[in-house]
Amino acid sequence: MTNGFVGDLTVFVLALLVGFEVISKVPATLHTPLMSGANSIHGVVLVGVVILSSFVTGALGYVLTFIAAAFAAANVVGGYAVTDRMLQMFRKRPVPVTKEGDR
Amino acid sequence: MSSAVDNGVRVASLAGAACFVLGLHLMNSPATARRGNQLSAFGMAVAVIAIIVSVSDGATMDAGRWGVLIAGAAVGAAAGLYSARSVKMTAMPQLVSLFNAVGGGAAALIAIADYFHDTHPSAGNATATALDVIIGGVTFSGSLIAAAKLQGYWSGSISFPGGRVVSALCALAAVGAGIWVIAGAHSELVLLIVIVAALGIGVLMVLPIGGADMPVVISLLNAFTGTAVAMAGFVLENATLTIAGALVGASGGILTKLMADAMNRSVLSIMAGGFGTGATGVDLGAGGSGGSVKAIAADDVALQLAYASKVIIVPGYGLAAAQAQHEIRELATLLEERGVEVSYAIHPVAGRMPGHMNVLLAEANVPYDQLREMDDVNPEFDRTDVALVVGANDVTNPAARRPGNAVSGMPILDVDHARSIIVIKRSMASGYAGIDNELYGDAKTSMFFSDAKKGLATLVQATKQLVG
Repeated sequence: MTNGFVGDLTVFVLALLVGFEVISKVPATLHTPLMSGANSIHGVVLVGVVILSSFVTGALGYVLTFIAAAFAAANVVGGYAVTDRMLQMFRKRPVPVTKEGDR
Repeated sequence: MSSAVDNGVRVASLAGAACFVLGLHLMNSPATARRGNQLSAFGMAVAVIAIIVSVSDGATMDAGRWGVLIAGAAVGAAAGLYSARSVKMTAMPQLVSLFNAVGGGAAALIAIADYFHDTHPSAGNATATALDVIIGGVTFSGSLIAAAKLQGYWSGSISFPGGRVVSALCALAAVGAGIWVIAGAHSELVLLIVIVAALGIGVLMVLPIGGADMPVVISLLNAFTGTAVAMAGFVLENATLTIAGALVGASGGILTKLMADAMNRSVLSIMAGGFGTGATGVDLGAGGSGGSVKAIAADDVALQLAYASKVIIVPGYGLAAAQAQHEIRELATLLEERGVEVSYAIHPVAGRMPGHMNVLLAEANVPYDQLREMDDVNPEFDRTDVALVVGANDVTNPAARRPGNAVSGMPILDVDHARSIIVIKRSMASGYAGIDNELYGDAKTSMFFSDAKKGLATLVQATKQLVG
């Protein structure tokens, strides 16, 4: 048990450092998609909910699992969808500007 | 669980985590960012399928458990997809806050459910449980309040007498009950105290924070959610959750620091609420900007812009609030057709969340190579004929270069270095910092008094008539 905890801690600290390294290179232009993309990544909590569902018992356990599953799924599906929607708007010049197509 | 399946699941989870890191790495350029997000989504699918295989392989799943899990996930996925598809880009900060809230909430729920199940956790596990419930709870309620504020249910800072005392009591209760949990207490009441106290802290933390500090708060809450998810990883002893949570925690942490730096404020002072404590009311001296402001008519603005060779547009939150991003792009396109070089100077805190202005302009079809960051574009103002300021205020105030006022030390756009400055603004009202903008009193500055959207539409018309 203690070994497991120290192992998890090691992974946590190293992942934190990798995160700092990778993310500090993201330009300010992309900070909103970055945050929204990071948001979808914490939707990985869905994995935790699946594990949770395999051992909960009783009505309370089921209710908690249901809510957690809804929360996590909204987070992960919505997060990726909205990030993709944003990123597809980032286009390079020269867009052959069709004036009629403007909104 | 058979060891072959177990190993396969572990390898798949590792692959998922690697996809998250590589996906974030691809976010360092607009050209590859979309692929990065798709890679990250692929990694997520792999991780989720792997865990489903893993729990199916165990003997504990039955129809009831599958039913609850699938029903919950279906409801959530539908809601998430609908809001992701329908949200307006100006409302993006609210949606990101909501996703933050549910992510943090789910992480806290995992720890809560696990607490009921695992009556004899190790000290490490109990610590993670307490931290997960506290951080997840704070994130959940704090993000909901932030979303409501951003949605405009109410704005500005809300504080009430005794608010700080209540906050302190909540913090004490959370820490006290948390330590009790760690010490091995196993009572529903203790956990309930932790939950309620954490929710209270979240509400009381975000309520007093003013609108312009929102980019910092959202970033901080994002970091919290990541940490809460990492803690859920400790509780369940699942490395995928720990890795992903740590990545998000790092991302939120970096953005929090960048945003706070861009306003020259410490995160702590923002959390404490209020702006520029002690500095408000300081006389700016040097005559201020009172009487010497020069107004300008639409036709003259159009002429100046059309005959310039280099124009820099400085958009601020006012532009987003007026939904004028399409009008500004139309004006820019007109100018470009005449051979004017146009770019956009974007301050890090323009908008309501980090990078928000870039998304709004991208939505209006502004190519991303025209979106310039502050440090990159500042040297170019010297060679700029006209700087067109729309809806930005404090981030252009030259007073920031001097000590002794509310914006001192804040990094600003060097708009006053341009040969001529045109400011589109509804009135002479001051910005969030509550002080006059010395830029408006500059001899090179002309004020075009108008609402951003209407004013820009007028300018488009005037430019077309004069030179089209």
